[in-house]
Amino acid sequence: MRDIAYYQRQARNALTYLLLTIFLLAALMPFVGIFLTSFKTIPELREGPFALPETWEWQNYVDAWEGARFEQFFRSSVIVVVPVVVIATLLSTMSGFAFGMIRFWGDNVLLLLIVLGLMVPSEAVIIPMWQIMGKLGLRNTYWALILPQVALSFAFGTFWMRAHFKGMPRELVDAAVVDGCNLWQVLWRVLFPLSRPALLSLVVLLFMWTWNEFFLVLIMVTGDLRTLPVGLALLRGRYASDVPVMAAAATIVSLPVLILYIFFQRHFIRGMVSGALKE
Amino acid sequence: MKRSFLRTRFDNPPYIHQHHAYLLILPGLAIYALFVLWPIVSTARYSLYDWTGFSQPVFIGFDNYRELWHDEDFWLALQHNAFFVVFFTILPIMLGLFLTALMTRGKLRGMAIFRTGLFIPQVMSSVVVGIIWRWLFAYDGPINEFLILIGLEEWIRPWLGDFTYARYAVGSVGTWVQYGLCMVLFIAGAQSISEDLYDAARVAGANAWQEFRHVTLPGLQQQILVAFVLTFIAALRVFDLVFVLTRSGGPGKETIVTSILIYEQAFQRNRAGYGSAMALVLSLIIITVSAVVMRLQARQEEGPAN
Repeated sequence: MRDIAYYQRQARNALTYLLLTIFLLAALMPFVGIFLTSFKTIPELREGPFALPETWEWQNYVDAWEGARFEQFFRSSVIVVVPVVVIATLLSTMSGFAFGMIRFWGDNVLLLLIVLGLMVPSEAVIIPMWQIMGKLGLRNTYWALILPQVALSFAFGTFWMRAHFKGMPRELVDAAVVDGCNLWQVLWRVLFPLSRPALLSLVVLLFMWTWNEFFLVLIMVTGDLRTLPVGLALLRGRYASDVPVMAAAATIVSLPVLILYIFFQRHFIRGMVSGALKE
Repeated sequence: MKRSFLRTRFDNPPYIHQHHAYLLILPGLAIYALFVLWPIVSTARYSLYDWTGFSQPVFIGFDNYRELWHDEDFWLALQHNAFFVVFFTILPIMLGLFLTALMTRGKLRGMAIFRTGLFIPQVMSSVVVGIIWRWLFAYDGPINEFLILIGLEEWIRPWLGDFTYARYAVGSVGTWVQYGLCMVLFIAGAQSISEDLYDAARVAGANAWQEFRHVTLPGLQQQILVAFVLTFIAALRVFDLVFVLTRSGGPGKETIVTSILIYEQAFQRNRAGYGSAMALVLSLIIITVSAVVMRLQARQEEGPAN
């Protein structure tokens, strides 16, 4: 016999699913809508955002890629994001190792200075950064995007890798030294390969932040050096009022991060949760 | 004396020397110092100068700050930032708590899918988010079409161009972005609350609300503080969303925020000194509030467990 409590529980579970589904739709439908729109013609827009396109129109992507120069913005994004992620990850691994496994004079003060970088808004550094780039002759080059973002990523990366190395057993280092490694070899040949999960989380987070960076790029460079988000935000001329082309461009900007998120969602969520809670 | 103190403090194994640490940190720290630390100092210095960004800087003491105090736009922008705290911070924390209560109580299947899906707005570029919502909010856009469809024609308006509703429209996009972050923080926290507490509550005959109020909520205090700091910073720093949604603060000055003013002053009106003063005030507000909340958190950690 199923009692009343059973049916109450079932009803409550159904209500839970219903509410969660409403939230899920609210979170996802805007993206679905823009994706479908990116394959439509302008007259088709009248049929509502979630009507399927009659024919899947790739012309919008061609217009965005060639006409609105998103090919160039995409290239800039890759040219900037890859070195930022690689350099910042390597430098953070080194400093995270030092902070996590070595005691030295001034370690707490240095760490505090680096954590400061997680708190200050970019508005507080952007004006002098722009000046420095002018002095170094790097204004309106990719270096003006790469170097500051390496610096900002280094703050989080150090913090992240320090926490990781602190949790690693010291015996690993001892054993490797007994086997004849020096400290540099211990780091890269022993600890680095063992750190893959932490490194992967760091890489996907840095990729997302750098790919999505807007403010810094808006100020530091112009023209074809702009990365995708700035190219999208500053889309002008005839494409700016062409909703399907705009939608195609927005899809181009979001797809790389979305694909990465689908494959590594645990790393994204765990990274942002534990990164935030350790602060 | 000091030397021996140092020696006892560092219990490194014999093959590790202090200079190894400095060498490992140096390359990253050099870049960090040049592009983050030095600029922070420079911003503070520039704020005391009358300077276009190109001209010879003229030292003017605290004149920029005096002007700032009487700058109506600056106060208006700060008011809007405060208004956005409701939408970027308070509402997302409440929604996050609500969703956490929904997702952790029943131990239902498929919760990971909801968690993954609800977090997506958080990983997307804020420019893409802005572009999408600008389209949704457009006068001939999907939201107004939907209102017509359900017979609420008198409600339709150009949401982002409306002097009354533009702020609410921008704010609600902020809520839509931020609640996923609050939710995953709270879910992570709820997973570490002891199952015994829930059992005890059930034995004592607590209903769902009482269980949430007396077990889940106290167990999430740390996470709520962290979520507060992160989303509060987001509300005060908001730039991209406003830049895209209302084209830098329109209609009129209805959605103008501090970071937009800094951008305009420093890079469009060539008032780098004045912009620096603004940036410094904004940073000090952010750092002060974050530090106070973090202190609160630290004190709770030290305090007796209850």
